[in-house]
Amino acid sequence: MTQAPLAVQTRSLAKNYGDIAAVRGIDIDVAPGETFGFLGPNGAGKSTTIKMLCTLATPSGGSASVAGYDVMTQRDDVRRNIGLVFQESTLDGYLSAEQNLRFHAELYGVPRGAVEQRMSEVLVIVGLTDRRTSLVRTFSGGMKRRLEIARGLLHAPRVLFLDEPTIGLDPQTRSSIWSYVDELKRREDITIFLTTHYMDEAEYCDRIAIIDDGRIIVVDTPEALKAAVGKDQVRLRTVDDTAAARELAARFDVQAQLRDGVLTFAVARGEEFLPRLFAGLGVAIESVNVSRPSLDDVFMSHTGTSIRDAEATPTDWMRMVARR
Amino acid sequence: MMQADLRAVSVVWRRELIRFSRDRARIFVSMLQPVLFLFVLGSGLSALVSDGTDGVDLRTFMFPGALGMTVLFAAVFSAGSIVWDREFGFLREMLVAPVSRTAIVLGKCFGGATVATLQGLLVLCLAGLAGVPYSPVLMLTLVAQCALLAFAFTAFGVMVAARIEQFQSFMAVVQAVVFPMFFLSGALYPLKGLPGWLQMVTQLNPLTYAIDPMRRAVFGHIEASPAAREALNSGVQWFGWRVPTLLELAIVAVFAAVMTAMAVANFRKIE
Repeated sequence: MTQAPLAVQTRSLAKNYGDIAAVRGIDIDVAPGETFGFLGPNGAGKSTTIKMLCTLATPSGGSASVAGYDVMTQRDDVRRNIGLVFQESTLDGYLSAEQNLRFHAELYGVPRGAVEQRMSEVLVIVGLTDRRTSLVRTFSGGMKRRLEIARGLLHAPRVLFLDEPTIGLDPQTRSSIWSYVDELKRREDITIFLTTHYMDEAEYCDRIAIIDDGRIIVVDTPEALKAAVGKDQVRLRTVDDTAAARELAARFDVQAQLRDGVLTFAVARGEEFLPRLFAGLGVAIESVNVSRPSLDDVFMSHTGTSIRDAEATPTDWMRMVARR
Repeated sequence: MMQADLRAVSVVWRRELIRFSRDRARIFVSMLQPVLFLFVLGSGLSALVSDGTDGVDLRTFMFPGALGMTVLFAAVFSAGSIVWDREFGFLREMLVAPVSRTAIVLGKCFGGATVATLQGLLVLCLAGLAGVPYSPVLMLTLVAQCALLAFAFTAFGVMVAARIEQFQSFMAVVQAVVFPMFFLSGALYPLKGLPGWLQMVTQLNPLTYAIDPMRRAVFGHIEASPAAREALNSGVQWFGWRVPTLLELAIVAVFAAVMTAMAVANFRKIE
């Protein structure tokens, strides 16, 4: 195996704003090609960490490298090798999609002969080919985000940073953004480093780091994190609940509870359990519902507080103010 | 490395031109102000001051001032686009790119200077109506002087805009600094025979040294009596010594260089 540099590596990385410690010494290793998610409540230090990795903020302590380049001493090398999509739009609405991309290509020194083809490629990935010449201010929120992703990819970076890529978008648009991210993972050999505070979005990652109060609490695959929290909850309605409960115990070794005419039970992988349930339960099913452990559940199991409580502490407020 | 920065200067410059070409309202409004000054204020005051101008049309005298005013405000407002860029996030796209901040500042300055010079060209089209002849030499001289003025004050605007986060604040600075600078520049009145304090302020004002050469150029191409020249085109005098045009332009160039350096310094401070 060739020893490619880690896509992202940090050692005791820390950032203080005055007396306030936003990031308190974190160690991450992200392998090339990995999709790595940073999950945590607002004010946990996600954006601050991304800013340091992107050379937009100077670390107060520790070290970090991106694509093998040091974020403090090799800033331009880091910048050439990363793509950035911020929480807030950084497009020029008075330019067309194409003009925004061309501007970026020039700033990042994309070879002149390659610009046209590369623009076409990234527009295909995000499905905006037919809006190439439209002014960006006519775009919807989702289209703008997609164009930002395309622009982040334009200079063929090694690492793409997506800071809350779906924030402020409606659920439908959010899932469409993710299908485009999946598409880009298929087409481009790239490491993706993203932050989110939606547990369901963390599903798209190979590994997740849960961060709170400037510290990494746990790093693992989404499956392992959820397994550590507990199982999926299944709520089942049938024509004969007593018979169904008996069948569940006998055939699936599941103890179901009957409450208000609904059978409720927990299984490790709800979506894999359902086909077996449909095939093997001898009782007609009226409806079924599977719910996942939420980020809140994961977060609660590791920190002992809910995200809402964590977000409400005064230090977080101060941190948010300090960030402005 | 050098080439990367040149591409950055060029693309930032081109963006200013694209945006200007799309903004018809700005082009129209930029013409309104000089027209009002020349043909409303100028015509209105003509009757009042006809004795003092000794046969020279007041509008001809005011033309360089109106031209300078258009270029001055166009330049400063072009620089103000940085504040918009910051509010709409686009500034960040520029600041995170692997190019030097100097390249971005230079691109903005060249872009704003080009846009302001183009607006100056539109005013030059009205020269004939103000009694200024369309001599090719005069026109070329004025365009070159406009370009220098435009660059200097775009750099000044960029220097200010890099420190400001809201467009309202930028407008306030324009009101508080640029308007007084304009009124204290000799754009609207002769520099001769001013009260001592006013004369001193006009001589400390860099804009004075950008507009006086334009007036000299115009007076070099019109018929006027020696008395009229003495009254209207006596130029900047340092203790009775008339400052030559080249020195005036050099002063503007030095001002431009200092402003550009300060703009770069301010841009480096943005995180």
